[in-house]
Amino acid sequence: MLTPEILVAGLVNGLMAGGIYVLVAVGLTLIYGVLHIINFAHGSLLMLAMYAVFFLWRKPLGLDPYIALPLVIAGAFAFGYLVYRALIGHFSHGKDENILLITLGLSIIIDNATLFFFTGDTQTIEVTYAGRMISLGPALVPLGKLVSFAGALLLCLLLGLFMTRTDMGKAIRAVAKERQGARLVGIDVEGVMAISYGIGIACLGAAACLLMPTFYVSPSSGHAFVLIAFTIVVLGGMGSFKGAFFGGLIIGIVESACGLWLGEQLGQIGIPLVFILILLLRPSGLFGAAR
Amino acid sequence: MNRRHLILVGIGGLALIAYPWVFRSNYAVDIGFLVLFAAYLGQTWNIAGGFAGQTSFGHVVFFGVGAYVSTILHATYGVNPWIAWPCSALGGAIVGWLIGTLCYRAGLKGSYFALITLAVAEVGRIVANSLPITRGGLGMLIRADLRAENFQFKDPIWFYYIALVLCVLAMVIAWGLTRTRFGARLAAIRDNEDAAEALGVNAFREKVKCLTLSGGLCGAGGTVYAQKYLYIDPSIAFSIDKSVEMLLVTLIGGPGTVLGPLIGSGVLHFIGELTRDLGAMLPSVGNPQPLSIIIYGAALIAIVAWLPDGLMGLFRRTVGGDRA
Amino acid sequence: MSHIVIGRRAITRRRFVAGTMAAGSLAFPAILRAQAKTVKVGLIHPVTGFVAYNGQQSRVGAAMAIEDVNKAGGIKAMGGATLEAVLGDSQSKVEVGVSEVEKMNEAGVAAYIGCFQSPVGIAASQAAAKYNTPFIIDVGASDLIVNRGLKNVFRLKPGFGKCAEDAIIALGEINKAAGAPAKSAVLVHESGEFGTGTAKLLAGKLPSIGIEVKELIPHDNPTRNMDNIALRIRAIQPDILTMSNYGNEYTLLARTLHQQKVNLVGMFSVLGGGFNYKLVKDLPDVAENMMDYNHWFNPKSSNAQGLKRRVEAAGSLFTFEVYLTYNSVMLLADALERAKTTDKDKLIEALATSTWSTDIVPYGPTKFVNGQNEGGRAAALQAQKGDIQVVYPAAFASASVVFPKPKYN
Repeated sequence: MLTPEILVAGLVNGLMAGGIYVLVAVGLTLIYGVLHIINFAHGSLLMLAMYAVFFLWRKPLGLDPYIALPLVIAGAFAFGYLVYRALIGHFSHGKDENILLITLGLSIIIDNATLFFFTGDTQTIEVTYAGRMISLGPALVPLGKLVSFAGALLLCLLLGLFMTRTDMGKAIRAVAKERQGARLVGIDVEGVMAISYGIGIACLGAAACLLMPTFYVSPSSGHAFVLIAFTIVVLGGMGSFKGAFFGGLIIGIVESACGLWLGEQLGQIGIPLVFILILLLRPSGLFGAAR
Repeated sequence: MNRRHLILVGIGGLALIAYPWVFRSNYAVDIGFLVLFAAYLGQTWNIAGGFAGQTSFGHVVFFGVGAYVSTILHATYGVNPWIAWPCSALGGAIVGWLIGTLCYRAGLKGSYFALITLAVAEVGRIVANSLPITRGGLGMLIRADLRAENFQFKDPIWFYYIALVLCVLAMVIAWGLTRTRFGARLAAIRDNEDAAEALGVNAFREKVKCLTLSGGLCGAGGTVYAQKYLYIDPSIAFSIDKSVEMLLVTLIGGPGTVLGPLIGSGVLHFIGELTRDLGAMLPSVGNPQPLSIIIYGAALIAIVAWLPDGLMGLFRRTVGGDRA
Repeated sequence: MSHIVIGRRAITRRRFVAGTMAAGSLAFPAILRAQAKTVKVGLIHPVTGFVAYNGQQSRVGAAMAIEDVNKAGGIKAMGGATLEAVLGDSQSKVEVGVSEVEKMNEAGVAAYIGCFQSPVGIAASQAAAKYNTPFIIDVGASDLIVNRGLKNVFRLKPGFGKCAEDAIIALGEINKAAGAPAKSAVLVHESGEFGTGTAKLLAGKLPSIGIEVKELIPHDNPTRNMDNIALRIRAIQPDILTMSNYGNEYTLLARTLHQQKVNLVGMFSVLGGGFNYKLVKDLPDVAENMMDYNHWFNPKSSNAQGLKRRVEAAGSLFTFEVYLTYNSVMLLADALERAKTTDKDKLIEALATSTWSTDIVPYGPTKFVNGQNEGGRAAALQAQKGDIQVVYPAAFASASVVFPKPKYN
């Protein structure tokens, strides 16, 4: 049954799926990898961004999701920044456990607020050209997924550059490495954390625009990506965007291969197993600093 | 623990024993069971997460293993559930030992450890979904035969008292951790593992012991759940919601304290019950139920915001005295 | 919705009502006193969480049914007693569902209706058995629900066993009528009890109508992408694809297959979660000519069409949860009329011997055997030109079937 053709096609499918996962994970790389915040609300915020894409697409606005990208990214950044300023930074008193509980409470509120205002109905958008199939060898890939793949690559490159070449990027890295020290040299730590969180959520905004044409949104649809996102962040190495990119692709391929080999249900075991193995054998991940 | 605390604890204990007689309604008893059971599971989490600082996100794996061990033994092989019960605890303990050995050997700490436990719970769920012995996604049904010898009861008050006994047992163990050398070593590891090692504590061995104990107790909880509701499937037995609840009641109540999980469970359930009907008071709205849960989420954030040390922190500040 | 009074906290409410009854008896003559009576119906559905949409749809159906019963004069055999809904959210959790059972028992419900998910239904009806209170399962596919020997459990709709058997017969006839072009099948299903149970049954019976089962493909809930499943299907090239899963995964796979222009003799899902008006409205090209064997209303019934119009006018879609729960309330009302009391033994007896029938769904008259209604029946449906038609059995068909499915060009 598993002919070379199927394997290759599966590989390509895995790469494309990986592209999507990278998009979700890259924001978490910043938030968890750099700020060390376990963002329980990651899935819920992704879902919220996807609803934003949906409402922008629907009449009377009728905005194509790719055109809406800059708008959604900006909105997501603002939302993330506010969430950090008003909630996380404010109420956590710096304790990690508290941040966890606050993001948990936030995710409960977001999930149920969307359920209340938008009902439990699943929503999809139709972007006809995104559904056009492109043949990549034996594989058939929708244009939308190729665009997400490209988008993921671009996003990782841009963020990598941002972190190394800009002042803000350096400030973020300083805060991540040594918070007290950063404060002492005059960096506004709380401001930097808020901006970092905002950027992380902005990435989810980008992910939402690129994901919606080939997926769907409902009040509980974001959670499916969360464990995978954490796996990728750890696999790639905390705080490494290069790592998030390759980690995401590897996870996509692993998932696909396990699915083909073990069946789609049991094959899902591949992802947590990879996660466990990485943590046991090489916790610093592919590109993270050695511990 | 001074005299004042002893009296308070005594009154609390009597109140819990008397509760089902004062509120002689099955609904109140059921809520009481839920509070005590969640407090028990939370306490098992507390042993590892609160006392030893080993936060885990996947504690439900012990619960699920326990639930399946006793249910398979009972429903498939006809073993009496009372006898299968300690087997569940053993199963949980073995899994705890395995996870501890592997993870601590690899030096995993903090959020890495927390996330790996989450992955382990996921593996547990997927495996349970795929094995013939668990009947996979079809789930396992326990034939209703409401007699005490079957670990089933016509009157739900029995489950209330079983939960109470378990809760007290776990609290005694937790209290023991505040009094014994073992507990002191765990506290040292929690506060500063390197310093503890320098003082001669074998952190690896103590942490593995701790997780084994925690896993065993949690596994025992799985049997109680299976016997009460008479049906389990992988998404119930390995649900991330249960892991979250265990950690939630402890963190809200006060990690590393004996009464924390019980108080946290009580308060969270109280808020839950209070808000459950609130949404329903808006009959003109299509589906007001999510509003109740929004309020619950907001209450959660409020508690964290104003009581950063958990509810026990508040208790200590108002009643005073040393760590209970 | 204004007819629905929400149940309050248990003990105090009962005392309050008892108090007003006592006060009322002083001021009103005996006949009028009896008319103040209401019969409380406990409704337990998941209106938050993953399947909140489905739970809410059930509530819509229940609300309409209660409104209709009360408008028609209530339970006449009980002096015109009106039905009153006591709403509970199961949150998709077994323990919450059971807790609601206890809470509603305190409120004095005469019967329960619920719970959408089989595990919650199983546990909740077990809890209700303690009180010998009837529990009508409106939606819940697992056959474990009714094979427990519990006298208080009644399921009006057919379980996945019956649905699978009937679906096979339907597919067999449709296939035969087209010259038997379908000879092989792949079965995709969700890995929970509904999907696994249904797929296993289908796999066992497909050979009897000359269709070879090439593969069963279980998948998780939720599934993020269906590309590899689509890949397998393309590789195996089955004639028939069946799907037994929940809405999102159903729709995702259908979309993926449509985008990849996978040619199939037929898509014949059995209890496909995503086959509904939303699919044909939002994705008409994807849905075109897809078939599903599922619970449906009788398109030839004016009552059903009238109900459909009312539901749509209220802003909801006419999904099966709506009419299955509607029917459950009507079944209960009929049983109350015949029992003339809310006494539990008599009510259970009335339900057990019920022959209630309705033309809203293509059922025969009710006949409960071990709690399962043998008269229940699903139907074969097909999406045609943005609408859904019943294509089998002929007695209820609203259109002819299009089979085999036209190829993509």
